[in-house]
Amino acid sequence: MSSASSTASHFMPFAATKIAAGVDSLYYFLLVASFISCVLVIGGLIWFAVQYRRKYEGQKTAYISHNTALEFLWSFIPFVIFMVVFVWGWIVYYQLRSMPENGLEVAVTAQKWNWTFTYKNGRKSQGTLTVPIGQDVKLIMTSSDVLHSFYVPAFRNKQDVVPGRYTALWFRAEHEGSYNLFCAEYCGDQHSGMLGKVNVVSREKFDEYLGTEPYKGLTPVEIGQKVYGGACIACHGLTVNDVKPLKLGPTFYMLFGRKESLADGSTVDVDEDYLRESIVNPNAKVVKGYDAGVMPTYAGQLDEDEIMGLIEFIKTVK
Amino acid sequence: MASAPGVNYLNEKSGLWSWLTTLDHKRIGILYMISVMIFFAIGGAFAMLIRYELFAPGSQLVDGATYNRYMTFHGAIMVFMVIIPGIPAFLGNFIMPIMLGAKDVAFPRVNLMSWYCLMIGATVAFISLFYNGVDTGWTFYTPYSITTKNGTTWMVVGAFIIGFSSILTGLNFIATVHKLRAPGMSFWRMPLFVWSLYSTAILQVLATPVLAITLVLLLMERLMLVGIFDPALGGDPVLFQHFFWFYSHPAVYIMILPAMGVVSELIATYSQKTIFGYKAIALSSVGIAAVSFFVWGHHMFVSGQSEVAGVVFSFITMLVGVPTAIKVFNWTATLYKGSVKFDAPLLYALGFLFLFTIGGVTGIILAVVGVDVHFHDTYFVVAHFHYVMVGGTLMAIMGGIFYWFPKMFGRLVHDGMARLSFVLIFAGFNVTFFPQFILGANGMPRRYFDYIPAYESLNKISSIGAWTIGIGFLVGLFVIIHGLLRGEKAGPNPWNSRTLEWQTPSPPPHENFITQPVVTAGPYEYR
Repeated sequence: MSSASSTASHFMPFAATKIAAGVDSLYYFLLVASFISCVLVIGGLIWFAVQYRRKYEGQKTAYISHNTALEFLWSFIPFVIFMVVFVWGWIVYYQLRSMPENGLEVAVTAQKWNWTFTYKNGRKSQGTLTVPIGQDVKLIMTSSDVLHSFYVPAFRNKQDVVPGRYTALWFRAEHEGSYNLFCAEYCGDQHSGMLGKVNVVSREKFDEYLGTEPYKGLTPVEIGQKVYGGACIACHGLTVNDVKPLKLGPTFYMLFGRKESLADGSTVDVDEDYLRESIVNPNAKVVKGYDAGVMPTYAGQLDEDEIMGLIEFIKTVK
Repeated sequence: MASAPGVNYLNEKSGLWSWLTTLDHKRIGILYMISVMIFFAIGGAFAMLIRYELFAPGSQLVDGATYNRYMTFHGAIMVFMVIIPGIPAFLGNFIMPIMLGAKDVAFPRVNLMSWYCLMIGATVAFISLFYNGVDTGWTFYTPYSITTKNGTTWMVVGAFIIGFSSILTGLNFIATVHKLRAPGMSFWRMPLFVWSLYSTAILQVLATPVLAITLVLLLMERLMLVGIFDPALGGDPVLFQHFFWFYSHPAVYIMILPAMGVVSELIATYSQKTIFGYKAIALSSVGIAAVSFFVWGHHMFVSGQSEVAGVVFSFITMLVGVPTAIKVFNWTATLYKGSVKFDAPLLYALGFLFLFTIGGVTGIILAVVGVDVHFHDTYFVVAHFHYVMVGGTLMAIMGGIFYWFPKMFGRLVHDGMARLSFVLIFAGFNVTFFPQFILGANGMPRRYFDYIPAYESLNKISSIGAWTIGIGFLVGLFVIIHGLLRGEKAGPNPWNSRTLEWQTPSPPPHENFITQPVVTAGPYEYR
């Protein structure tokens, strides 16, 4: 689906749902109406200003204090247009927010700065939401830290994700493809790095995706590499140059086995135990030059296989 | 007290101390002018840094954390220290009492105190520049603002103190309009600039305390862990947004209504014509002020507030559109059969109308709730509010400065240079912000330090436009300094205007008029 992520030169991005096409129709109506209004007002303005420019000092001007009929007309006509687009917008909004009864439900957890998707059968995915084409999908979302917002431009849909409560969003994708997922509510340092994808695939591919063990047949290092790509990559790099300000957290390059200086002046040997603690309780030992409170805990986000895999992967980064 | 000829408010006393302790509304207006210009330069510098960083994807200059501080400083400084005090406290302070035929505002000491509130608040807020920064955005959304670092506290305290400046100015203006009008100056003979300031003052007095309370609650939560907004402490983060926008939406009208007043004056004077629909413009200011209290929820269409609330707020927002449209039509109609002189202030007023119309129609697009779900928190919103705030308010400030400059300083500015500043700012503005509508429609969220490559070319255009605006404002600054030092001497009424401030010497004497004026006609009697 090339149009899903092509250059930003069109009026609107690719529309992957029927409702998105409906939003576009309303938007194009608004654009045309706005354009006509602007041409009338700005055109009139320029026309009058030029037509009645001062030709000599002391030029007499007309004395026109008001015109009730005209004033009523130009109050009433905008009012009618505003009411039309209000009702039309209401209808579109109603469609956007009317939750399907028998949709595929996926739990969404947002945290600084990634997305976790959990399916009913326990399948988890970080950063990428895979859904079948032509089926209602309902997302039940919450945040484990601050506000985030789930936004897929191709669906013309957006919903803030609020800690301490659930918000919901639904869509039915009609076109296969890989669509951008943005966080649209400001959430801190890596807000613009909190990117994801929504992959819309065929029914068969989706069943296959849902049924397979995500890590089946993979070695721990390969598991760790996958986890890294979803959860860690925004803040931790793999080369010697991936340090502040490029990345928010220390690089994984040559990390395992060395002595790390900590913010409190002490040092620690980087072994399996230290790495595990840094994943589940990241503020316990903060590396010198970095700030406490930046990294959230991944306890509960990653299971033991994933943590173990991640540690094995970090060992290989040299 | 009649002054001797040649003695005016500028030269009757001298020395820094006479300025810092002055009770003259004109001198306080000049103090505001200087401070707002300094704040604008600082806020503008951050805008330039932001556009430099966004010139290309990836990190150009700073990391995400630093960018977020720049973005916050730019927004907070421009909103709280430039646009809100810009017209009422600076131009309004100077001009409004003279327009009414008064000797001063109702409470001169309170007037001076409001300037000190602004300066103290600004100083406290600027501490956050150096102390860990503040990275919440000017909106301080919870729970992020509860959990982020210490600089936030300073900015919040600063905004709290600045709020009192705004409240006191509003209070002063309401009392002045009610009690200090010259004999014969009935409400229906007040210039439209006064009407707009009066409407603004009501908003300042009624809405700003809500912001103050909200900020106190935020501080209680940050410093004393009282659970109000943070779910981790049992609070509700969406509640903060309700409180915040209950102030900050009326605040949008605190920013734009006075600009509309300035434009009314400029259009009438430079077309030498009675304003069309005087009562409609005057009452629409009051109408906008009243309705603006009931539209805050349109900032929260996707926040998690109920769907019913979303639809209701969409409807009420449409209602604000009507009086706003009426004003634009009236200004346009005023030019009809006028005698239009294209001096720089009129160009700024026409620029205002051009940009504000685009800002207005895109405001309607955003008020359509089904469409806003897509546009919310994207660059479409950024473009929209810059068209209103910069294209509207800043255009009016620039036009107002050049229009009233002869009255304030007794000298004329170089009109050709002033027109050049307009051309640069106007052209640069459109190059900067029009592409942002397209970026937003294509889904680029706001407050992004980095972006996907698809958005690169439009961001480049936007950055180039921003630097053009920067140059335009530097030219504007040059025009002001040149006018102060080298400007031609101005008579009392260089534009042949009918409002009262032009019927007294330039610059005016300490108590504004040599003899008490008596008003016998409306403000725009060009026959």
